[in-house]
Amino acid sequence: MLLITCPWCGPRAELEFRCGGEAHIARPADAMNISDADYARYLFMRKNPKGWHYERWNHAAGCRRWFNALRHTATHEIRATYKPGDRKPEPPR
Amino acid sequence: MNRYSIFSLARNALSHHEDWQQAWRSPDPKPGYDVVVVGGGGHGLATAYYLAKEHGITNVAVLEKGWIGGGNTGRNTTVIRSNYLWDESAHLYEKSLRLYEGLSQDLNFNIMLSQRGVVNLAHSEHDMRELKRRVNALRLNGIDSEVLTRDEVKRLIPILSCEGHARYPVLGASVQWRGGVARHDAVAWGLARAADAHGVDIIQNCEVTGIMREGGRVAGVETTRGTIRAPKVGCVVAGHASVLAAMAGISLPIESHPLQALVSEPIKPVLHTVVMSGAVHAYVSQSDRGELVMGAGIDAFNSYAQRGAVNVVEHTVAAVCELFPIFGRVRVMRTWGGIVDVCPDASPIIGKTPVEGLYFNCGWGTGGFKATPGSGWVFAHTIARDEPHPLNAPFALDRFTSGALIDEHGAAAVAH
Repeated sequence: MLLITCPWCGPRAELEFRCGGEAHIARPADAMNISDADYARYLFMRKNPKGWHYERWNHAAGCRRWFNALRHTATHEIRATYKPGDRKPEPPR
Repeated sequence: MNRYSIFSLARNALSHHEDWQQAWRSPDPKPGYDVVVVGGGGHGLATAYYLAKEHGITNVAVLEKGWIGGGNTGRNTTVIRSNYLWDESAHLYEKSLRLYEGLSQDLNFNIMLSQRGVVNLAHSEHDMRELKRRVNALRLNGIDSEVLTRDEVKRLIPILSCEGHARYPVLGASVQWRGGVARHDAVAWGLARAADAHGVDIIQNCEVTGIMREGGRVAGVETTRGTIRAPKVGCVVAGHASVLAAMAGISLPIESHPLQALVSEPIKPVLHTVVMSGAVHAYVSQSDRGELVMGAGIDAFNSYAQRGAVNVVEHTVAAVCELFPIFGRVRVMRTWGGIVDVCPDASPIIGKTPVEGLYFNCGWGTGGFKATPGSGWVFAHTIARDEPHPLNAPFALDRFTSGALIDEHGAAAVAH
């Protein structure tokens, strides 16, 4: 089980959280007028990398706020958690 | 290939079983093939086997980064069924089940198919209505399926806690009698041996590191054992589908998650069928060795680590113990995880890609084992003819653009 540091509440067990999938997916500004392929890219296509992954989490059984995390999908190491709107951290080299 | 039979068994007994032929060769990769299949799991091996058997394409390599049967093929809960709601899925999984029914004879390898029935429980009026709808849909598609009343369920599975005071009271169930289990290792080994006998090269410890393209079409693959050229490349790599797609510059709607399973210590035979419950998320059967085989859900986060969290296992075990109080003091012997490639509509992607000559078969998510021969059969057709078979045409990648999704999230009997 992961130990996740909520930017507001501090380190808590994964059980308190809901994973929201890939982060930093911007909704197309002109969603009504883009092509179906572009909309599919926004709606369905995911990077799903084997490595560092930006993802959203919700502290569902705590402060109930959303935040982002930089986590490695092969080692499960969480390098950083940060609030929405914060600059996203660079992945370690 | 030496045929396995009672006579070969007797003949080899004379030499104390020391002279059995290797089941398949371990050749070095050739510089080029007509078709390269990436991924030596059940689906990849079935693809190679049917390419050779149905389409006469035998100059084929199967590249496996680990060893045959070491990935999801050896990590699933071995359940086979075809009770899917939508027509497209029903036809595809039923094709697979029919191939399974003849597979031991076809491969000359006992896959230990046991059609012991798959029972899906209903715990509420709504469950019951959904279940009847599914049974009706299945019967219209010619797939055997029946509704069982609570009393019939109780007679079939006496150890199941059905009563009204149970935490998850059973109102009824559906059953597919032709469903059941098969030995997953044997499916991989049998397919590998049969493909090898047709001349297919099975190359283990060979990881693909790049997909070569020339002028918009595929030219081969870079591997840890050198460059292998091929005009057609089929990728069947389950959890690593996105990694491979990225090598070819293709985006997939897939996310990789750990899916866990567990077995108990071996006990005397108590459960002669497969029991699934979508509402409480549990599925359990008893193996020939006496272990209770149970499947859990996926961990919510993306992962390639082949392990999951204990709370996910706990959730399943708690549900199983409520349904079967008799299992309460049975100890868990082993848990493990595999990486499954989950699609937004819980249906696979089988077909062509924007890169000519490159084909993907992925997105089977949590339920690929039951589809092994059918998946290989339609994928071999797709590769050989460069067009999908009518069975897998609806499962093209472009359904995520067209919107023609095949939503099997609720209908796949267990919601992940």
